[in-house]
Amino acid sequence: MGQERTEPVSGQGTGRDLVDEREVLLRARDVTVGFGQKLILENLNLDVYRGEVLGFVGASGTGKSVLMRTVLGLNPRRSGSIEVFGQDYDEATDDMRREIEKRWGVLFQQGALFSSLTVKQNVQVPLREHLKLSARLRDELALLKIEMVGLPLDAAEKLPSELSGGMIKRAALARSLAMDPDLLFLDEPTSGLDPIGAAEFDDLIVKLKETLGLTVYMVTHDLDSLHSICDRIAVLSERRVLVEGTIEDMMQVEHPWVKSYFRGARALKRV
Amino acid sequence: MKLTDKMDAPNLVAAQDGALLLLTASGAWGIRQGATCEKLITQVALRLTHSVICVDLKKVSFLDTAGAWLLQRFQMEQAEQGRQVQFLYEDERFDILLREVDREDVDNPPEKVSGNSFLNYLAGVGEATRQLGRDTRDVLAMLGGLTATVTAAATHPRRLRPVSIAVQFQRSCMGAVPIVCLMSFLIGGIIAQQGGFYLKQFGAEIFVVDLSGILVLREIGVILTAIMVAGRSGSAYTAELGSMKMREEIDALQVTGLRVTEVLILPRLVALMIALPILVFMANLAALFGAGLTCWWYLDIVPNSFIAQLQAAVTVDTLMVGVLKAPFMALIIGLIACMEGMKVEGSAESLGRHTTVSVVKSIFMVIVVDGVFAVFFASIGF
Ligand SMILES: Nc1ncnc2c1ncn2[C@@H]1O[C@H](COP(=O)(O)OP(=O)(O)O)[C@@H](O)[C@H]1O
Ligand SMILES: [Mg+2]
Repeated sequence: MGQERTEPVSGQGTGRDLVDEREVLLRARDVTVGFGQKLILENLNLDVYRGEVLGFVGASGTGKSVLMRTVLGLNPRRSGSIEVFGQDYDEATDDMRREIEKRWGVLFQQGALFSSLTVKQNVQVPLREHLKLSARLRDELALLKIEMVGLPLDAAEKLPSELSGGMIKRAALARSLAMDPDLLFLDEPTSGLDPIGAAEFDDLIVKLKETLGLTVYMVTHDLDSLHSICDRIAVLSERRVLVEGTIEDMMQVEHPWVKSYFRGARALKRV
Repeated sequence: MKLTDKMDAPNLVAAQDGALLLLTASGAWGIRQGATCEKLITQVALRLTHSVICVDLKKVSFLDTAGAWLLQRFQMEQAEQGRQVQFLYEDERFDILLREVDREDVDNPPEKVSGNSFLNYLAGVGEATRQLGRDTRDVLAMLGGLTATVTAAATHPRRLRPVSIAVQFQRSCMGAVPIVCLMSFLIGGIIAQQGGFYLKQFGAEIFVVDLSGILVLREIGVILTAIMVAGRSGSAYTAELGSMKMREEIDALQVTGLRVTEVLILPRLVALMIALPILVFMANLAALFGAGLTCWWYLDIVPNSFIAQLQAAVTVDTLMVGVLKAPFMALIIGLIACMEGMKVEGSAESLGRHTTVSVVKSIFMVIVVDGVFAVFFASIGF
């Protein structure tokens, strides 16, 4: 390709030494994923550190969801390795996988609520599966999570088909938070939410991050979220992580897409 | 934290301090220890006599929303009984967590309406009656829509959507040929063998040809094929329409100015009504072939005498009795399948239920229609 390549910018502002010492919760190395002839991701490398909120951006169709699904072990990959909680997911035994699955929470782009279960039952699915809690505590924890994500309590007994798009997102978030996970994967959590709801969401994530040490891997297009809660931002483009760093770093990048994303008309309007 | 790291077990120790009860919590108070924590806290709550209780959380190594909720719930319950619970902690994160879970209404989930069981029963009957009314209206609406579409198609043949019909025909007819023929072949053979076994005892084995010929052409061929098609295409129609309904695709068609009856239902019905008679005819051939082979091997009736006897036993009318029923059965199967598909609501469970209902109903209706035809043909002496 004759195109000029932008070198990855890595956390200059935050001090490199500090970054390197932090524990890596999620490590992807040389990940290549393709469908048929078409490669979506090629030799992609990515680290997610404990306790950080990583925001993932990229144009629609660049493979953000595919990468998330690959990391979760849902998509086959052509090559590369993925380590979660310091454990190679491929080599993990069934018990280890269960342990990993207990410790992560996932919000899919379309919500992926179980359509035959009410919202409350949806939130209780992981609790039922992994823990022996009393029925009362299970009910209360489910309702607690439902309230925390900003759903009205009467939504608890509703079926997913009776919810609006934004409510589905919130219910799915409640389910992903059910087990108080260490690592949270969110695919466009605030798309479909009203701006106030999105701000409440940001607050909740910050609160959980500060109190529980939650690590968040978040695909988002919400510039407000990127500015206010993301410790680090990674840009997916040209089948790899093009640049990563803090929001200030992003402002310096000269790549055309990154530039128009962070410094374009829409981005500047919010100032 | 590595995957194998274990957390310390939670504990709660009570100590008296004058008029005040001091509870010292230690270890991890997280959701994974939830069951233990709840037990600890309820045990303590049972034996409370003090009016002021302090819970010392300084030794708690880990607290999450579940642990915080248990503590918060304890505080709320005790407050109701006039007791005061205070938490002691240095970690300000605990403060944020405890305030985050301080939600009174979680304790009292919205009550389900239970009421009088007899009244509930009556309400159920009423609801079922209304549902029956709605179902009838839906069937009539669909039939009306179909009639309107067919009438319109008389002047604008393109509205019959020949391409869709061809595609549906390909799926419901061509795809079904192998299995329908195989099944009929076997059934034909079995009828001949079973009939032959008994007729042989009277030396009347040649009448096996009459028996299987008439049975297959008039009844077995069409019934079995209709049942197979109900299971194969009927369930597919219900599932297709149902999942389109679930994902608002039907609504999208509607607002794009396309009529569901015209685009989805009519092509399927027409295709099925063309397909079933053809399938029945092929099934008949396969069954007679099976019967012929069995007669040859098992009863030593050579093909030539089988054919001669068959020509004497059956006429074109016998064949027509079976084939004529086929379009009606196809209409019933298709209508039921599409109706059930359109009734699917948001959940996967509803899709499964309606698919089951669709197959069960259409197989039952196939038998009923067959019975009606038997009466009809008997009274006109066909
Ligand atoms: N199962 C699949 N089969 C073939 N192509 C796929 C599949 N899933 C995704 N893709 C393709 O991968 C690319 C990235 O998709 P996705 O990750 O969903 O994009 P986004 O970054 O908007 O989330 C798209 O071009 C899409 O067409
Ligand atoms: Mg996506």
